[in-house]
Amino acid sequence: MREVAPDLRGATPALLPLRARGLTLEIGGKRLVDGIDLDLGGDGITVVLGPNGAGKSLLLRMLHGLIQPTAGEIHWGGHPLTTDVRRRQALVFQKPVLLRRSVAANLDFVLRGRDGSARRRALLDHVGLGGHAAQPARQLSGGEQQRLALARALATEPQVLFLDEPTASLDPASVLKIEEIVRGAAAHGARIILVSHDLGQARRLADEVVFLANGRLVEHGPAARFFDNPASGAARDYLAGRLVV
Amino acid sequence: MQDMGEALQLALALVLSGDPDLLEIVGLSLQVSLTATAVALLLGLPIGALLAITRFRGRDAVLVVVNALMGLPPVVVGLLVYLHLSRAGPLGFLGLLYTPTAMVIAQTILITPIVTALSRQVLEDLHAEYDEQFRSLCLSRIETIRALLWDGRYALLTVALAGFGRAVAEVGAVIVVGGNIDHLTRVMTTAIALETAKGDLALALGLGLILMAIALGVNAMVQAVRLTATRAAHA
Ligand SMILES: Nc1ncnc2c1ncn2[C@@H]1O[C@H](COP(=O)(O)OP(=O)(O)O)[C@@H](O)[C@H]1O
Ligand SMILES: [Mg+2]
Repeated sequence: MREVAPDLRGATPALLPLRARGLTLEIGGKRLVDGIDLDLGGDGITVVLGPNGAGKSLLLRMLHGLIQPTAGEIHWGGHPLTTDVRRRQALVFQKPVLLRRSVAANLDFVLRGRDGSARRRALLDHVGLGGHAAQPARQLSGGEQQRLALARALATEPQVLFLDEPTASLDPASVLKIEEIVRGAAAHGARIILVSHDLGQARRLADEVVFLANGRLVEHGPAARFFDNPASGAARDYLAGRLVV
Repeated sequence: MQDMGEALQLALALVLSGDPDLLEIVGLSLQVSLTATAVALLLGLPIGALLAITRFRGRDAVLVVVNALMGLPPVVVGLLVYLHLSRAGPLGFLGLLYTPTAMVIAQTILITPIVTALSRQVLEDLHAEYDEQFRSLCLSRIETIRALLWDGRYALLTVALAGFGRAVAEVGAVIVVGGNIDHLTRVMTTAIALETAKGDLALALGLGLILMAIALGVNAMVQAVRLTATRAAHA
């Protein structure tokens, strides 16, 4: 079985800090991600900002092992991106990928019967879907679907939780609910790496900001410093709404 | 055309009275074609699933072959099975020629490519949608296939119905390997061919009506499955 019993989790090697060096991705001769060095410490919420096409999603996928970089190295807590490491991470996509099954079955898919129904109920209550267990997942509203995707991600007890624009195209109330869940996960020790195009969201959630432009890492530092006193012209332009592409 | 009206009346009488000969023929038809469909699913679904989620050298060639096999003429399949099962053939010792088993074998060969190709398409589309999420969850290949088969269940049911529809309606393969022997290997399509040739239009028409009802029924089931899937937000 692939689960690690919860009480053993503390004994598994920690994934953090993250150390990435020279991360580069070339596709069709184009350098989409260009020599990114990134160090992430033990806890908190990192928000990845940058204009459309900056390489935010590609960076996230490389850090999670969904895409192989053309060059560069990634180490999580000193470990390369093995399956073991990847199983301690979860990724929530912008468009939730839900199974054609009930809400409950979508969670059971990752819980696999282990302390099943109690966990499932707790998770559904946690994301405000307690009354929807029997409903087909794809009948849920966009916001509910994303909360179910989050619940499923949390069900795997990830040490690192990636989110790629999880609230794009959701209504404000749904956005706030999801932000609350994300903050809760961070408070319980999950390391959050969230891509956003929403500056308000970044201000609400970020402990630190990683700013990308043109496949390069332009700034990385505490959120307050980034918003109040950005070091680069690109970040200043972006914050002022002058840098769209 | 006077004959025609008369024959139709007789045919309806045969069907409605539950004529035992007719029932026997219909029963064997269903038994042979349902068995062939089941075996074709057992073979075709795993192959279709593997083709859907794996990329290997020569995969395109395999797909071309599978697609080409979809168009196998039933009578040629019958001939090939005949050559293997006839007394002089490599499998002649099994004594299967002119038995329902031979008919099941022939129909299975006929529709396995259909089931394989159609399920491959269904599962590949589904896989395209699920792939990143499944890789994120580190699912094994077996786990992936199992999830795809279950989540594609409605579409796969229509694939099964398509296979069954093709099997139950074909005549060329079963007549060559079954021989259309009364009370043994006579099925709807072969009986229709024989009775028409003999001029017994009533039985032929009666069976034709039933066959048509089955074909329409299969189609109605396909529509119903689609509707159910959409309602359950599975589509
Ligand atoms: N598979 C691919 N092949 C070619 N180009 C790609 C591919 N995936 C992404 N790109 C390009 O790489 C750039 C960065 O993509 P992405 O990381 O998705 O940007 P974003 O910062 O908006 O998330 C974009 O210009 C995009 O068009
Ligand atoms: Mg993106």
